[in-house]
Amino acid sequence: MAAENVKGERARKFAAHVTLWVLAALSLLPFFWMVLTSFKPLAEVESPNPFPTEWHPENYRLVFEQVPFGRYYFNSVFIAAWCTFLVVLTSSMAAYAFSRLQWPGRDHVFRLYLATMMIPGLVTTIPNFSLMVRLHLLDSYQGLIIPAAFSAFGTFMLRQFMLSIHPALDESAEVDGARPWQIFWDIILPLARPGLVTLAIFTFMGNYGSLFWPLIMVKSEALRTLPIGMMYFDSQYGRQTNVLMAASVMNIVPLVVLFVVGQRFFVKGIMLGSVKG
Amino acid sequence: MTSNARHRRNLLIALSFLLPNFLGFLIFTLGPVVFTFGAAFTNWDLQGIEPLRWVGLFNFATLVSDDRFWIYLVNTVYFLLGMPFAIAGSLAVAVLLSTKIRGLVVYRTLLYLPSVTSGVAVMLLWKVLYNPDFGPINHLIETFLSWLGFENAKGPTWLLSTQNLFALAVERLGFDSSQFGLGAREAIILMGLWGAVGGGNMLLYLAALTNVPRELQEAAELDGATRWQNFRNVTWPQLAPTTFFIVVMGFIGGLQGGFEQARVMTGGGPAGTTTTLAYYIYNKAFTEFQMGYASAVALVLFALIFAVTLINWKFGNKELNY
Repeated sequence: MAAENVKGERARKFAAHVTLWVLAALSLLPFFWMVLTSFKPLAEVESPNPFPTEWHPENYRLVFEQVPFGRYYFNSVFIAAWCTFLVVLTSSMAAYAFSRLQWPGRDHVFRLYLATMMIPGLVTTIPNFSLMVRLHLLDSYQGLIIPAAFSAFGTFMLRQFMLSIHPALDESAEVDGARPWQIFWDIILPLARPGLVTLAIFTFMGNYGSLFWPLIMVKSEALRTLPIGMMYFDSQYGRQTNVLMAASVMNIVPLVVLFVVGQRFFVKGIMLGSVKG
Repeated sequence: MTSNARHRRNLLIALSFLLPNFLGFLIFTLGPVVFTFGAAFTNWDLQGIEPLRWVGLFNFATLVSDDRFWIYLVNTVYFLLGMPFAIAGSLAVAVLLSTKIRGLVVYRTLLYLPSVTSGVAVMLLWKVLYNPDFGPINHLIETFLSWLGFENAKGPTWLLSTQNLFALAVERLGFDSSQFGLGAREAIILMGLWGAVGGGNMLLYLAALTNVPRELQEAAELDGATRWQNFRNVTWPQLAPTTFFIVVMGFIGGLQGGFEQARVMTGGGPAGTTTTLAYYIYNKAFTEFQMGYASAVALVLFALIFAVTLINWKFGNKELNY
């Protein structure tokens, strides 16, 4: 009986591994195909053989020759980095006020914040676009960065994080005569670091890949971000599937690196984003 | 210091921490929402053909008799059909990973990759994968069909096809049996499943599964419950809050979705079959510049999301008391 159980357990484990490997292969196959195609000569992009017969790494150089890809890269990283810095700063300050400070009406205001997470972005897009036109920020870095510098989700997530820090810490600091700003900066922020990193990764990835807002804000070539540039590339040179795939590979490499480096924060961060407060 | 002065001081400190975020919230969220509520009742048009004026419910009346609005609403709902499959898939993967399996981190990383990299680059990749003439997906399908003995059988034309599994008619509400098959909508749903199954929802289930008390499952095992009974009667009810959260967020995201896929992969076509309400609003506002009408459609979408969330809440709370 016991031996049978062990046998059954082993068979189940084996079946689980096989299933997971099949699923992992399905997840990765499109990426393999993309990388292999990015090294093919143009004549082979329609061939059913996924492997190139000759390898053409210069496809990657061609991307930079056909479009200002370096400029797209810079714009996306520059905008995403600024948005990330500002979101983490404004969200952590607001989260501190919502979690560690006592003031009348606090939880009502917080509930209002939470409720706005249900508002579809489309409802605010048209007025925000019109506001940017009036402020003459259309087609500018400021217009791409400032509206994305505030996040109800980030505030919510960091509040959850800060609530889990023991209240005795700021109380004793207050007794020692620390100012609220010092408590925030020297005690709470260092303890909330895993939450800050998680939010930073999410925000960076979201803005790096953002399409809708840049699509309506960007008019000049110099301000094109990667997603806009990729679409332009597809419409101009889409027939060169090999070069297009080289551009796609370069587009997603930073995301993969960021994910692999920061992934131990992911599970925790996603969990916190879902716990209702 | 009197207690009143102390209260006032606390409030001032809190407000100064809150201020940057709250200003952004007022200017870029709350203000715009109020503004949209006004704009939906005007003839606002960026091309400025007519002078700006109130038109009352005119936009909403237009919308009710606008066939395209209803067709695109059906498309939007059609894309939600992927959701139950995505949730079931995420749960199945999470269950497999929660059995203290070796290599958990490796599997989790590999399965999560599609959802990290979603976006324009990956959509352009799928556009090539779905190419009916030289894309690898049809190559596989056609190889398989000829192995089965169907020599010159062709795969679906995917993103170029108006066919769908519900035989929905093209450019009108209703059914048309010649439209039965696999087409652009299925292609987009399948791509969505590829990106979603190993993603955030799987991580949520994985975390929730580790919180299910072991004693409950052991007690059920002692009572002679099979694995399936154990899952159905012990684990699944324990996962109810997570499932509820995933379903609510799925509806909120799904109802306003489909913009990127339409803009990058299909242009909303063929024949409008992949145009969702989000893409319709974008086109009305930013290619036809009918801001008033687009605001009205956006408000209807908002109301729809609000209603669905309320229904979920009512229905979900019952489940939670279980």
